[in-house]
Amino acid sequence: MSDITDAAAAPRPAAAPGEVLLDVKDLKKHFPLTQGIVFKRTVGHVRAVDGVNLTLRRGETLGLVGESGCGKSTVSKLLVALEKPTSGQILYKGDDVAKMGGRALKQYRREVQIIFQDPYASLNPRMTVGDIVAEGWSVHADIAPRKGRLQRTQELMERVGLNPDFVNRYPHQFSGGQRQRIGIARALALQPEIIVCDEPVSALDVSVQAQVVNLLEDLQDDFGLSYLFIAHDLSVVRHISDRVAVMYLGSVVEEGTDAQVYTAASHPYTQALLSSVPVHEPHLRGLKERILLEGDVPSPANPPSGCRFRTRCWKAQDICATEAPALVDRGQGHPSACHFAEARTVVPTEA
Amino acid sequence: MSTASMSVPSGSARGASAPVLEVQDLRVQFRTGSGLVNAVNGVSYTVSEGETVAILGESGSGKSVSAQAIMGILDMPPAEITSGRIMFEGRDLLTASAEEQRKVRGPGISMIFQDALSSLNPVYSVGFQIGEMFRAHRGTSRKDAKKLAIELMDRVRIPAAAQRVDDYPHQFSGGMRQRVMIAMAIALDPRILIADEPTTALDVTVQAQVMDLLKDLQRDTGMGLVLITHDLGVVNEVADNVAVMYAGRIVERGTVDDVFGNPAHPYTEGLMASIPMLEAKGGRLQPIGGQPPNLSSIPSGCPFHPRCPKRRLGADAPPGRHCAEDVPPLRLVVPGREAACHYSEEVLGV
Repeated sequence: MSDITDAAAAPRPAAAPGEVLLDVKDLKKHFPLTQGIVFKRTVGHVRAVDGVNLTLRRGETLGLVGESGCGKSTVSKLLVALEKPTSGQILYKGDDVAKMGGRALKQYRREVQIIFQDPYASLNPRMTVGDIVAEGWSVHADIAPRKGRLQRTQELMERVGLNPDFVNRYPHQFSGGQRQRIGIARALALQPEIIVCDEPVSALDVSVQAQVVNLLEDLQDDFGLSYLFIAHDLSVVRHISDRVAVMYLGSVVEEGTDAQVYTAASHPYTQALLSSVPVHEPHLRGLKERILLEGDVPSPANPPSGCRFRTRCWKAQDICATEAPALVDRGQGHPSACHFAEARTVVPTEA
Repeated sequence: MSTASMSVPSGSARGASAPVLEVQDLRVQFRTGSGLVNAVNGVSYTVSEGETVAILGESGSGKSVSAQAIMGILDMPPAEITSGRIMFEGRDLLTASAEEQRKVRGPGISMIFQDALSSLNPVYSVGFQIGEMFRAHRGTSRKDAKKLAIELMDRVRIPAAAQRVDDYPHQFSGGMRQRVMIAMAIALDPRILIADEPTTALDVTVQAQVMDLLKDLQRDTGMGLVLITHDLGVVNEVADNVAVMYAGRIVERGTVDDVFGNPAHPYTEGLMASIPMLEAKGGRLQPIGGQPPNLSSIPSGCPFHPRCPKRRLGADAPPGRHCAEDVPPLRLVVPGREAACHYSEEVLGV
């Protein structure tokens, strides 16, 4: 807590060249739409995730941004094996998660933990904090010997900034920020390699949000964790991420380092998204380019042909309706899924 | 600065016209099983024609409760307005009869809420619900009310209004539902619109559309807008003036440029330092320590002192300015800026 000044001076290392931990290849998840009660017929599919490619290296934070319904939470559920992919692969240290079973899957589930958005719904109200944090050890008994578990729990609580004396309290006795810390302690208890953070600070007040963001950064440095950080708040994602992927309607439209995506956005959707974020500094007001999107996000049950974004895009041409643009580098230095990708500075950069 | 179209007319309006809405020393308590909760503790503000006042605060700061008191939609009990006056066009709404209050709600003051889906009745079509404003307040016939509803839906830019007027709320997206709410709220040309977190549940691209719509409607009608939000970015882009609330009190007030550009209260300063920037990676965030206070046991003296990095306690504090004992009043620090801190001059650096 006291090293605020020197930590602020030295920027966190960008994109450490660690080994690839997670390699997601053309991941798809389609949920069936059914009709009828006795005789269920499948009448269509919601293409929640439709061809996502991601890589996550050791020690880095990959930010995943997008609006509601773009499939980012489904990606997180697929990654922690709560859902089975329709097609595509999730390779963890080279092994396909879908083909894992028994011991390997158990090991994977220990090493890839998740923190949820809602700190109220994701903790069992009838369990004490100590039991919640220690619950994982009843499955993964080898992590913590039965004898020292109470002490270990209290160490974890202290590490995430909770008073270890509160080990016998219940979740309702804590505030939102403290509950999120409980969720973090629970994830840490199993000594994970990767933590999937699904909107971990969205439900928190701004003053508390910063505490949790700083805690996540500290834990990453201490334990060498890798994060997949999913959020809709573009400022928070930029702050914490080494690389950022932007999702729209089930697929990634642009990917790059935080500087590439935020200062040289080349996909029209990323540009519109950045343009819509209100900035809080008075001297930047009005300096941002205004791009107002028309209409709403199309239904993922019936996505547009070709490029998913073409129905709201001001650059759309005939080719956009017939040919889906691939996520490749189009001379911008980072991949962008647009036929007419062109870097554009939407957000003013501070001198 | 380039939003001059917003700030200049309202700036001149503020000097010229008397405030339409004036809240004076409002106090609201809730009696709950676990004791008395002091949600609003002496809040005063004014709204003039064409002006946008933002009430900024975190959850539990009393920002929504104060607005609900203005609208007369607090559940009483458990809530109780223990003091204060709410003056609308020279009349005190708190002492007005139920019938008089009803006449103000809608044509005088109207309100939109965060959760548009639960604010709309699921079993009536949106056209019926918008038209209800005209039927209830003006005795318009059903047929004419429907016509007016279509016009309003056009005005809030709902595409194909004439076809969608008979649709039900669940058939609309979140952004469109909020537009339906706005259509209901502006139906009777209110002089004041209270928007309670109008875009919090919406995605950023839709938020930008809705805020744009509200600004345009305000420009057309000259209504005063009270924008209740926790989002500093929205305040900065939309409001003229801002009141920052903490523990049921206004702790700082002034123009958005002044308050955000150079805060006079350590809480405002802390908020500004704790949010990451969009335009740069930035260094480590500097959060405000501790937790927001429990409203049933608000700290003595300045309610922010347990979390304040600039507090002065014991022998450090000059008499009468002891942060844990003396409640700092909301006072004029420099022209145009009020703050409730004993040491605002030091925070400001003047």
